[in-house]
Amino acid sequence: MKKQVGILIDTTLCIGCMACEQACAERWDFPQSDVHELSCKKNTVVQQWGETYVPRLCMHCENPACASVCPVGALHKTSVGPVVYDENKCIGCRYCVQACPFQIPKYQWNSPNPKVTKCDMCFERIEHGKQPACVEACPAQARIFGYRDDLIEEARKRIRSNPKNYVQHIFGETEVGGTSTIYLANVDFAKLGLPGNLPERALPKYTWDIMEKIPDYFVWGSTLMAGFWWLTNRKKKVAEYEKQLKVVKPSNGDGSISQRAEGGNNE
Amino acid sequence: MNNQTIPGKVGSFIRRLTFWKAVFILIVAAGVYATIVRFTFGLGAATHLSDSFPWGLWIGFDVLCGVGLAAGGFVVAAAVYIFHLDDYKAIARPAILTAFLGYVLVVVALLFDLGRPWNIWHPLVMWNPHSVMFEVAWCVMLYTTVLALEFSPMLLERLKMHKAVEIVHRIIIPLVILGVMLSSLHQSSLGSLYLIMPEKVYPLWYTGNLPFLFFLSAIAVGPAMVIIESFLSYRAYHREIEMHILSRLGKVTAVALAVYLVLRVEDMINYHLGAYLLTFNLEGLLYWAEIIVGVITPIIMLAIPKIRASKQGLFYSAVFVVSGFVLNRMDVSITSLVRHYGVNYFPSWMEISITVMIVALGFAGFALASKYLAVFPEESQSKAHVHPGVYEIVVLDGDVQPRRARVGN
Repeated sequence: MKKQVGILIDTTLCIGCMACEQACAERWDFPQSDVHELSCKKNTVVQQWGETYVPRLCMHCENPACASVCPVGALHKTSVGPVVYDENKCIGCRYCVQACPFQIPKYQWNSPNPKVTKCDMCFERIEHGKQPACVEACPAQARIFGYRDDLIEEARKRIRSNPKNYVQHIFGETEVGGTSTIYLANVDFAKLGLPGNLPERALPKYTWDIMEKIPDYFVWGSTLMAGFWWLTNRKKKVAEYEKQLKVVKPSNGDGSISQRAEGGNNE
Repeated sequence: MNNQTIPGKVGSFIRRLTFWKAVFILIVAAGVYATIVRFTFGLGAATHLSDSFPWGLWIGFDVLCGVGLAAGGFVVAAAVYIFHLDDYKAIARPAILTAFLGYVLVVVALLFDLGRPWNIWHPLVMWNPHSVMFEVAWCVMLYTTVLALEFSPMLLERLKMHKAVEIVHRIIIPLVILGVMLSSLHQSSLGSLYLIMPEKVYPLWYTGNLPFLFFLSAIAVGPAMVIIESFLSYRAYHREIEMHILSRLGKVTAVALAVYLVLRVEDMINYHLGAYLLTFNLEGLLYWAEIIVGVITPIIMLAIPKIRASKQGLFYSAVFVVSGFVLNRMDVSITSLVRHYGVNYFPSWMEISITVMIVALGFAGFALASKYLAVFPEESQSKAHVHPGVYEIVVLDGDVQPRRARVGN
């Protein structure tokens, strides 16, 4: 497996200048706006929670729920880390919007030919050796881009060297099996609009527990059904045969009844 | 035909316009308007769905309930063809017809709900076996095909294509087995859809048992729907009611509900739901309504032989089962998510009107099929079963009004 890339966001450094929002809008050809909410026209935003500015974008989960639920594989985790979307495959079921634990994928509700929109970590730029647009635009280095392992190392170093400035947790290191976008902060992450009730288990596993049993179920179930059919069919035939036997007995042998027994065949 | 007071086609149309036909036309007109808005301006213009509430009435009711209420098809087909319970043959055709129509309507609803319905075939060639939705898509496609084949003899007989009927009869056993497997997978997978959202679904409804609960409740509601449908067609077509068969179907429902109740109690214990059960907020109240109205009440009613054997008693037990079922599906798909998303979702009038139109089309489809096809075989086939009394004779060609006639001695 290739080394995975990621983005480390240090909320203690973010100055709320919104340069990342502007760069992102240019990259996607979205209109500039002052609404700091993710939408189908905004793939990254900076939100203010108390004293803290919190940049938000796709978390690029290690084992993404959105990619796991997509029936046609329109979303997938690339080998280097970004989770990308292929509009040509999408059928518009919005299961990704429903399943994402961070409510990242957005939908073009007012289009007759709608797409899902989300951050793709500027996958094309990365492939050409560049940084994501938002990282490049950040004047405070609140977002840094690199290999995920290195970023986690860097985050640990920052916490270790300045323990008073940070809560002792890297958000995204273990949440839902780990994410490629990770956060540092000096207040509880739940107070920064990041979900606080996430399991450490990757969400797709909750589904896979059941899905993996399906082939077995299908084989066993069909066999069992065929068996039931054979049993009850046999029982019916035997019953008919026994009826006929009684008819053949000389004491009450009678042509009309045996005819009825023949007519009892099922369709 | 006989009194041409208003001449021409319009006149004859108006004369035959009964109250219910007028209602039907209004429903379809509203539905067509909503359809145009939906496909011209997108889902946002026609629905109250949003990024914070991406699935609404169409998934919750049309798909989740629609598929469940069609469960009578596989339950009865399994009873007749696999378990050789010949008594149920009399209700096999209406049950299969309902299931087939139900699935066709689910597909229609999906065409409305999918943002890019013209890509609906994509799961055929673009695979993601990790996705429950992928499983759902395949089950819908395959099981609708199976149901079409199970239903086909009714149509083929009418078209006098006896060779084709023969072929279908020859493959009916593997077909029914495939149908049972697919529909049981499908019923349960609709519950599995919500497994991936443990942090979103309100605790009262989140459980690893979701697929099993969906499957069991489908087994319970399938026969209940057959009961209701038999009663409605009894009133509409003055058919006889096969009470001895329907009472036994009632038993099947009661047993399935009892197992279902055990699983739900198990969840209460395993997931420590005590505090939530005693919190009488919207979720708590709806949860109790589900359990009391939809599970405990019908179990008790159906356990009493006297109620089970009476037409009214059986009918109302089935109504309880179906109401509880619909409530449960709406709870899992809508109520359970309201708190997490922090928004209130209530469907727009256009969402409702499209749903109502789809249901109305279902009723119309059933009425047409039972008018022109041998859905109730005992009337068209064996004379031995004809009991003396008032019957409706349905004339198959021309626009002759149905007449009543005395049949038998």
